[in-house]
Amino acid sequence: MKLEPKYMPLAATVSLFAAMVVFGSVSYTGFFSAQAFLNLLIDNAFLVIVAVGMTFVILTGGIDLSVGSVVALSTMVLAALVEKQHWSLWVAIPLVLLMGTLFGGFMGWLIQRFRLQPFIVTLAGMFLARGLCYLISIDSISITDETYTGMAQMRIPVWGDAFLSLSAVLALLVLVAAIFIARSTEFGRTVYAIGGSEHSATLMGLPVARTTVLVYTLSGFCSALGGVVFTFYMLSGYGLHAVGLELDAIAAVVIGGTLLSGGVGYVAGTLFGVLTLGIIQSLIMFDGSLSSWWTRIVIGALLFVFCVLQRVFETRRKQG
Amino acid sequence: MSSTKKLPLWKRAQAHSLFWPLATLALILAVNASLNPGFWVLQWRDGHLYGSLIDILNRAAPLMLVSLGMTLVIATRGIDISVGAVVAISASVAALMIGGTLVINNGVPTHVSRFPMPLAIGCALLAALACGLWNGLLVAKIGLQPIIATLILMVAGRGIAQLVTGGQIVTVYYAPYFFIGNGFLWGLPFALFIAAAVYVLVHLAVTRTALGLFIQAIGINPAAARLAGVRERLISVCVYAFCGLTAGIAGLIISSNVKSADGNNAGNLMELDAILAVTLGGTLLTGGRFSLAGSLIGALIIQTLTSTIYSIGVPPEINLVVKAAVVFVVMLLQSADFRQAVRGWVVRPQAANKGGQA
Repeated sequence: MKLEPKYMPLAATVSLFAAMVVFGSVSYTGFFSAQAFLNLLIDNAFLVIVAVGMTFVILTGGIDLSVGSVVALSTMVLAALVEKQHWSLWVAIPLVLLMGTLFGGFMGWLIQRFRLQPFIVTLAGMFLARGLCYLISIDSISITDETYTGMAQMRIPVWGDAFLSLSAVLALLVLVAAIFIARSTEFGRTVYAIGGSEHSATLMGLPVARTTVLVYTLSGFCSALGGVVFTFYMLSGYGLHAVGLELDAIAAVVIGGTLLSGGVGYVAGTLFGVLTLGIIQSLIMFDGSLSSWWTRIVIGALLFVFCVLQRVFETRRKQG
Repeated sequence: MSSTKKLPLWKRAQAHSLFWPLATLALILAVNASLNPGFWVLQWRDGHLYGSLIDILNRAAPLMLVSLGMTLVIATRGIDISVGAVVAISASVAALMIGGTLVINNGVPTHVSRFPMPLAIGCALLAALACGLWNGLLVAKIGLQPIIATLILMVAGRGIAQLVTGGQIVTVYYAPYFFIGNGFLWGLPFALFIAAAVYVLVHLAVTRTALGLFIQAIGINPAAARLAGVRERLISVCVYAFCGLTAGIAGLIISSNVKSADGNNAGNLMELDAILAVTLGGTLLTGGRFSLAGSLIGALIIQTLTSTIYSIGVPPEINLVVKAAVVFVVMLLQSADFRQAVRGWVVRPQAANKGGQA
């Protein structure tokens, strides 16, 4: 069987994930169960959603450093509206989603209209969103709303005793929608084209400007939705929530086989990137003797290996 | 622009690269002085100077150092987002190796460190240098994008720092070490002399040798620089290594200042402050043109801004919003497209509308 080179990075990620599952199942009792896998998804639902948005940004060759703070800002606004102002959830959640979308759209507009570097614009966005969190409150606001806690604890049976949470289902829905958008819409094709070569995409008459703005808008929406899901998980709003999430999201996208130079990658790969990060945490937890900071070192090492692999693929692609 | 000599003094000053950074600094200092009557007061107490200004200079020293390293990296069209993690690593190594206790031998209190202080400082700087070299090799040899190459160390670096300290905050009890961050020399903070020394060395290196020219050439066009015989890869590696080293020195100052090292929080978000300082100083993020003195002023602007926010009793959290606003303004001013758009809005509103839709 000959694998097409473009599937190589994705295949590498899936094999790595499978190898880790096998390693975990052999080494630790209780590691291999349906619920353990579903828990990976449940615990990382917000990361899946955020990383999906990030995938589109990276596919165009950009980057979004503001996602972690937008998640934090969303939890903060939601908590403040629901707990302090006693707004209805069904008003607060759409409002938060709209806010994140506009925030992303604004950054995308700056990047596109004034030819600014995505890195520095989203960095400023990161400062701004975190700062706004603290303007609302410097303390954590816990959410005690009954509907809310109900939604957070909802268990959706899958088969047997295994279950999914509402956030995991949302993450899967986002994933499916994103795969559809990336594969079968004009927007998706333009995203890949911009990542391949923005200049060529413009010459082909594709809506480059609109798509660039939309990509950051989408990432902003995903971050806000990630924030909503994060509140299901933490049941609080706090300015220090999700610190460093942007790095995890970028790591997940890279490990998922998306080229950082843009143009090549799959949304499905990002899911495996997130699951790989999740399983590293599980393995370290099951081991028990390793401290939690090993997680960061292992993620860094994986990031290194995958970046180097990407370079090798890239040079080969150019030569071949 | 070529006939600057004919222009009036005011115009010539405005054209100088340090004009805007200095104007910003002056403005913030003026705001500070108007809010705080004792701002300019300097007192001579216990053999050294005291006052808000001295305090700002002292606190700005680590950021100044990191900004100097970052300036050269950005000048080569790179970026180093791992400096915060390197600060943490260097601080952890130094704090762990020094540790220290106060032992009383025959009624004479003596400070005892775990390892001799020069050795500990040497190891900490060596670790930082190694981090910088690692970044440089990833960028120059493997050819990763600078932001991604340094992202790896940014993620793993804090883990490494925690590994060094065993996840604890390591406290230092060795008084001679405190001199680095808290000591005074000739009435001024010692940390300031370190920053000044590094600045003078780098300044001489880039002005008295061709190094500055090479760095600019790489920033403008790496491929062309290579073809012109500039040893682009070697210089890139050196620039990242130097950036790691300055972060290491900053780590020493910070850990000495707070008398401890926290692998998780030391140097947190420092990379962003440093990038901001460099940008404020007039160095373009697109590389090719840089100003070391500008970066020092940029670092001072950030520290003064922070001090202002603290001193006027506004919650320090607003700091982030203010910084964000500053970044937005600075990057828009640096954008040629933005300046053109504004000129269009101001001068010919109708033409600008047409241009905006095109």
